[in-house]
Amino acid sequence: MMFFRSFLFFFGVLATLLLGWAGLVGMPDAMISEIPPPEGLQRYTAEQLYGRSIYIREGCLYCHSQQVRPEGFGSDQARFWGRPSVPGDYVFDKPHLLGTMRTGPDLLNIAARQPSEQWHMLHLYDPRIVVPGSIMPPFSWLFEKKPTAAPGDIVLNLPDSLKPDGRAIVAGRDAKALVAYLLSLDRTYPISQGTATLKGK
Amino acid sequence: MTKQRTARRNSAVNPDFSPAAAPADEQSRIALDESARTPTVVYFATAVVWLVVGSVFGLLTGLKFSLPDLLGTIPALTFGRIRPAHLNTIMYGWASLAGCGMIVWLTTRLCKVQLQLGWFHYVSALLWNLGVLGGTIAVLAGYSQGLEWLEFPRIFGAMIAAGFLLFAASVVQTFRVRQVEHLYVSLWYILASLLWFPLLYVVANLGLYQGVVEAAMNWWFGHNALAVWFTPIGLAGAYYFIPKVLGRPIYSYYLGLLGFWAFALFYNWNGIHHLVGGPVPTWLVTVSIVASVMMVVPVLAVAVNHHLTTVGHFRMLRFSPTLRFVVFGSMSYTAVSFQGSLESIRSFQEVAHFTHYTIGHAHLGVYGFLSMILFGAMYYIMPRLARWEWPYPSLIKAHFWTTAIGIALYVVTMSIGGWIQGLQMNDAAIPFIDVVQNTKLWLWGRSIGGTLMLIGHLIFAYQFFSIIKRAGPRRFAPALFREPAPIEAVRIEERAAKAG
Repeated sequence: MMFFRSFLFFFGVLATLLLGWAGLVGMPDAMISEIPPPEGLQRYTAEQLYGRSIYIREGCLYCHSQQVRPEGFGSDQARFWGRPSVPGDYVFDKPHLLGTMRTGPDLLNIAARQPSEQWHMLHLYDPRIVVPGSIMPPFSWLFEKKPTAAPGDIVLNLPDSLKPDGRAIVAGRDAKALVAYLLSLDRTYPISQGTATLKGK
Repeated sequence: MTKQRTARRNSAVNPDFSPAAAPADEQSRIALDESARTPTVVYFATAVVWLVVGSVFGLLTGLKFSLPDLLGTIPALTFGRIRPAHLNTIMYGWASLAGCGMIVWLTTRLCKVQLQLGWFHYVSALLWNLGVLGGTIAVLAGYSQGLEWLEFPRIFGAMIAAGFLLFAASVVQTFRVRQVEHLYVSLWYILASLLWFPLLYVVANLGLYQGVVEAAMNWWFGHNALAVWFTPIGLAGAYYFIPKVLGRPIYSYYLGLLGFWAFALFYNWNGIHHLVGGPVPTWLVTVSIVASVMMVVPVLAVAVNHHLTTVGHFRMLRFSPTLRFVVFGSMSYTAVSFQGSLESIRSFQEVAHFTHYTIGHAHLGVYGFLSMILFGAMYYIMPRLARWEWPYPSLIKAHFWTTAIGIALYVVTMSIGGWIQGLQMNDAAIPFIDVVQNTKLWLWGRSIGGTLMLIGHLIFAYQFFSIIKRAGPRRFAPALFREPAPIEAVRIEERAAKAG
């Protein structure tokens, strides 16, 4: 009797967890993992991938989501943040960066909304230069101070009041890569029904 | 009802029940405490250190919403690194280690047998602490895995997992040689969590998935870490300490049983409500919403059971620190769980998802519920292990009020601010930056509440290390919030004598 009860407890408890795993992870894995990438989706380049690792390193994902909600659920469509995202949009993403928070706006299609490299550089260096009232932290360590910029450097067009003793602020390797990654975030390409989407109705 | 079933029911509802209650009990309790002492104190002491470290990270995180340039030139202290450092030190440092300590002590008491393989816990505490320390440094240095709740690089995750297995092995061995015939409710939750958590944690750390499936795995893990480890710790504590301090059995064994199995069945399926509106199959989110709403069943069972155990004895909250902290935690559990069920529903999520509202909810759970119960447990357990009463009852009072007011302020301001943020975000006529601006005032609430909680933790840490050193004035009666009137003193003493 005691043995039977222990047996029941052990397997009952084990079964609850394994069933949950099978249902919530196993089933979607079986449904989604073989999806072919949509035609418009490019693989990340080496630099973009490195930039993606900077995005993770600095924890951008804690304030910016990368998923667009459909019409009728929130205002993503009315704000022109892009068509609703589908599983196919993420096939090259590891780790996923869907996010759970919008202290800042969604970034899945940020390159389509803000394609300016200079804007992104200024925004990362000190967000309040380009967005007064922003509460995003500055990431000045992604940049270098130089007496004079070398040819090929990306120099920040700072107002004179913000230039430190006349030296130039240029984008470092990490800033260039991060901006390259941000400028790759454009999933506004059309998706054909049935290939990239498995969203049930 | 047969005699045997009556006996089983009695021992299952009453942590004190012993068919041959004898004066020898006192001696055996001392022997049990002796066996659990060092492991429990080591877990507790390191947990308290992580609590202080974690709340400093938390407060700094909160302040950065209001003062974004604060420490803005130090990469290791940027918002995106200290936020995960806060979460991981609190969850894997504070809550887990405090939970381990409580479980070790509870298991010896509930199995009425000395702790087996006690030295496993020294290795476990070492591995676990090194894992949290290494993982936190790695996150601050920029080596996060990038998955929420799983930021620690795998090597440190592996240390935590190994530590957990050693911890679990000792607890299970103690359980195997138990001297009781039937198992009290707290033990069900403890044993289940020992089986669930390592499986969950290891699977999640393997990195088997990619893209949207990985997101599903991420939130299956994130929510299940609460379901299979943190909540069972809290419930095991509430189920033990409420009847223990009151000196009366838990109201209903069958409600306990219903609550446990409904909990096991439904909580596992909750996680994907974190992806509502996202690019995952709709049925998947729907399943999670249904399971989240079904959580009403186990939560109601637990709430009714605990309330009906306490009802008529609320007067005791004026005296017993343990009871006051645990009942606060237990009530928060009911509140946060009903809130969670509501929050999973689509129309509610349309507003609350992606906002500070969710952060308020998370803190009501992990702090208002779990941490308050852990404080209560420590207030009960430590004097018995240190053989020294809490030296400063007024500091216990200060600890309670700073943390209770702190968390209330935090949750209320975040809920209101978050809801406004959600409503305005859903109105495309309001520019995004205005939405940010309009939440700023409310976000001060998290820093003020966080400051209060941090003050409470420093007070608690001071008293905690005093009791370990047996410092401060020596007291010969339990530290209570106030000196009871003579008639109540007699009642409380009777209860204390019964409780041991």
